[in-house]
Order: sequence, then C-alpha cells, then structure tokens
Amino acid sequence: MVVFDKPHALTDAPMHYCPGCTHGIVHRLVAEVIDELGIEGKTIGVAPVGCSVMAYNYFACDMIEAAHGRAPAVATGVKRADPENHIVFTYQGDGDLASIGMAETVHAAARNENITIIFINNAIYGMTGGQMAPTSLPGQVTQTSPYGRDVKQCGFPIRVCEMLSELDGPEYLERVTVNNVKNIRQAKKAIKKAFQNQIDGKGFSLIEVLSSCPTNWGMTPKAALEWIDERMIPYYPLGVYKDRSAQEAQDK
Amino acid sequence: MAEKVLMKGNEAIAEAAILAGCRHYFGYPITPQTEIAAYMAKKMPKIGGTFLQAESEVAAINMVYGVASTGMRVMTSSSSPGISLKSEGLSYLAGADLPALVVNVQRGGPGLGGIQPSQSDYFQATRGGGHGDYHMIVLAPASVQEMASLTVKGFELADKYRMTSMILADGTMGQMMEPVSLDFEASQTVEKPWATTGTKMSRPHNIVNSLFLQPDELEKYNFERYERYKRIEETEAMCEEYMMDDAEICVAAFGIAARVSKNAVDEARKMGIKVGLIRPITVWPFPKAAFAKAADKVKAFISVELSMGQMIEDVKLATSCKKPVFLCNRAGGMIPAPEQVLASIKEAAEIGGAN
Repeated sequence: MVVFDKPHALTDAPMHYCPGCTHGIVHRLVAEVIDELGIEGKTIGVAPVGCSVMAYNYFACDMIEAAHGRAPAVATGVKRADPENHIVFTYQGDGDLASIGMAETVHAAARNENITIIFINNAIYGMTGGQMAPTSLPGQVTQTSPYGRDVKQCGFPIRVCEMLSELDGPEYLERVTVNNVKNIRQAKKAIKKAFQNQIDGKGFSLIEVLSSCPTNWGMTPKAALEWIDERMIPYYPLGVYKDRSAQEAQDK
Repeated sequence: MAEKVLMKGNEAIAEAAILAGCRHYFGYPITPQTEIAAYMAKKMPKIGGTFLQAESEVAAINMVYGVASTGMRVMTSSSSPGISLKSEGLSYLAGADLPALVVNVQRGGPGLGGIQPSQSDYFQATRGGGHGDYHMIVLAPASVQEMASLTVKGFELADKYRMTSMILADGTMGQMMEPVSLDFEASQTVEKPWATTGTKMSRPHNIVNSLFLQPDELEKYNFERYERYKRIEETEAMCEEYMMDDAEICVAAFGIAARVSKNAVDEARKMGIKVGLIRPITVWPFPKAAFAKAADKVKAFISVELSMGQMIEDVKLATSCKKPVFLCNRAGGMIPAPEQVLASIKEAAEIGGAN
C-alpha cells in the first residue's frame, strides 16, 4: 500500500509562499529526492536572497543562507570542506542566479564544481514585489518595465541552460517545469539525476525549473500555469541541454 | 630557541596559517599580497588541502563563508581594493557569527590607488567595512615574525569569539624578508556544534543565517554580539610600550610606521627628549587602557600613520582629548622617514612644553 506522506526532508514549518506559487512543489520534489537517495544526514542546502531565502526553515537537512547571488561560491566552500561527506545543493531564483550571481554561476559550472543547483526561473523578482528579471520575456510588464520589457533599452532575456551548455565544464543541464502532473514527474526525474550525479562524483548539475508567480504576474494560479505553456516554454524550451556522461558513452 | 628561517612576510602568513591547521584558502591575484596565494597553490595540494583561485574577491570571500559554515579553519587574503569587494562577505560572516581569517596587505588608495604600502584602510578595518553593526578582531603585525604569530593568534581568536580576524598588514610587511621562527605551540581549537556538516540524522538541522525579519530578534542578536565585543575589548587588547616609563611625549604607531617611529624615538632620546612609543598590536580592540594611562603622564601624543590620519581618532578617543594629539603622516604609498618623525617629536616637545 502506498501512503501519501510528507517527505522526511521537509520540516513541519508552514511555508510563507503565496497561494499558487510553485516553490512548494519544487521544495517537495527536492525533499522526496533527498529521502529516496537517503542523503538527508549528509546534505547541506544553500539558499540565497530571493523568495526562497527562508528555505532553511523548510528543509530538514543542514541549511545555509547566503548573500544575493553567491550561493555557488558558498556551495563550493561547503563541498570542498569535505568532498566525500557533503552533498551540497543550492536553490536559487532567476535574479539571483542569472543577474547578480552570474559570475558565480558561470565559474562554478566552468570548474565542474561537484554540486547540484536548483534554478527557479519565474521570469520576475518575486521577493521584492515583481521587478524585471534577467529572464523576463520581451514585452513582459513588470514594476520596473511598466511599458513592457523593451529589448532595445534593456536587452534580451538570458537562456541559462543554453548559455552554460557552451562550456566544457558542466556535467548536466536540463530545463523542466512543474505546471502539470506529467511535467512534475519529469522535473523530479531531472532533480534526482542532478543529485545522483553529485553522489557519483560527476560534477556540476543544474536543473532550471520554469515556475509561476501568480502574485507578481497578476494572474490566477491556473492562468499562471497556462502562461508557462503559452509564453515561457516557447522562449525557454524544455529538455536536456547537456549530459556529458551520456554524450561520452555515445561517442565511444 | 628554535631555528629561524628567512622568509617574506607574505610567505610567513601562509606557512603560519598551514601550521595553525588551515587547509582551505581562496584568493584572487592582487599586488602586493599575491605571494600568499602562490605559496598556498604550491603547498595545499601536497597536504590534502584546498587552494582555489576564485573568479573574484566576492566569490573568494563567499567560498570562505562556505567552509567557515562547516567549522573548518579557512582564510583569504587580498589588498585594499580587493578588501572593498570582500566587504559584503565580511558583513555576512559577522551576521552569521562565522570564524574566518582575512588578510589585508594594504596599498595606497582610494580607488585603484597604487601598489606601495599604506595604512589607509584603518577605518575600514576597525569600523567593520561592510554594512551593519559589527567588528572584526584586527591584528597589526610590525615584523615578519608577527606576520606569522599573529596569523596563528588570529585563527584562535576567530574560533574563540566566532568572528572574523583580520591581519592588517601593509606592502612593506608583506614584501620584506626577516628571520622568523615557526615553532608554535599546537594551535588551540574549539568545538563547533553549530557547524553545518550534515545532521547525520542524529540532531536537528543546523542553520547558518544572518536574516532575522523580526526587529526585536535582530536587536537581540546585535546586543549579544556587542556583549561579546565588550569582553574582547576588556581582555584581548594588545600593545607594545617602548620607553614609556618616563615619557613626556608619546608616539602612537602600528606596523611599519611603528618601526620607523622606534628609530626616531631612539634618536630623540639621544637628544635628551623624553619620548616613548605605544604600538597597538590589536587596532580593534584598540589598546585604550595604555593610552588612557599615558594621557595622565605625557604632555602630547603624535600619531604616525601611512594615511591622512585615521588612527589619530582612536588616540583622541582613548585619551578623551586630555592632551594635544599631532599627526605625522605620509600617504599614497609613501613612508615617513625617521627624520620626519623626529622633527614631529621635537615640535611636539616644544609646543607640548616638554623638557
């Protein structure tokens, strides 16, 4: 008999996320994977500034809150402190990972740092109330692009997986989403692979999760999930962008 | 006495750090401290340690934050412009009560400044540097021997008080060679039950954090931290007093400025001027008691600095402005000559009414 239960790697603390936000789903997937791999006792999570800054209250493993954008550097330190016994993941938003922390992201990937990154791309700064993110879509209305993102004035969105896939360093890059059951199952598979890669010593794995922000998008939760299909996936196609081990096996 | 070896100040710091049990170093190249990184790059792989050249100073200090979170001894080093970049991390280390050692081999500023020795990061070091209410323990070596011994001391104090220790050196200290003894007592270590090393499923999770949205809670942590700072000020201040017993003029100087000043004091003594020197070894905590005591005896103070006059404010505060405090300084990478300090001593002796 299968009993639906809360993962052990999640605490009982009530989450502060807005209704309809997909952070809760992704938290749960990460926690389920930690449970299934039996690594809670050796896992250390790093959550920097953003909506998930208080993730330290929700994950039952040891947790570190980091400065804005610096999680990959902090995770590098934690991992290198005891590479055999530390499983390290970061949980970062788009502003954090792709704007203020881009240097840390790119260089951790280039070093093939043996860590797991969960990257929440919801095309907006949530915590500060809905400003334009490095992943906001062309024309997207936010508090700081009130007339729609004008690419002539403020540039184009950044496709993180595609960009990092040009580096020799990273082991695994995949973009997933959690806007329906099928996609959630695929997202969990990707997250599990990203942790397994670290356990196997394969190196840097980043899972980009297209997520919704009903509050700051000004939509109902249902409309926000549909917006992922209609607007985000066309710009940010789902799929595996790099799987070095699989590629190497194929090349042999 | 153990055998002495001839070493550069920067190398002495690196070797002493290894002897103190530091196995993780993160840095970024910047003159005049790069020998520390070069030394670590050579040594760490041979002893199972980590040397990593970070992509920036910002990343390096956050790698330090990561290792410090696990309770292991860790360090980074830089020079003035690089320390400005690290200041965000220094604030976070303070807010999360993490121990670490940070070396600043100062050069002239502001901006890109120059690469010659300076002491113009005194305010930045003693007042914290980053945002928020906090201090670091700031140690100011005046010899290659102290570059080594204060590095060991810095790690011990950082662990003891769960805070950052900074070695505030300058380009001269970093580059000059002197005989040094590296025969240290086994470095004291402390238990760190707060460290995030994995729960092993045997304890509740540990959290390293500097975010407290409830103002009363954040206030509580600030008050607790300042109780700790008060204890440090009462027990850890260090200075060297030289010829202060009958002194009527007191020179205040640290680091290379103190070495120059000592020569000037010797010369002035030959001329019959009763002058002594107080050399702060910790600039935070500032050795207030020694200065307060001197203020009741001497007629004037002279602060000798490689800056536009920063420590002078602490001398005035420590002495409650009871006696005049003169400034004798060079800036921008220039070092005062003993003759300049001697001239200041003579001037102070006349104005202060000494002799």
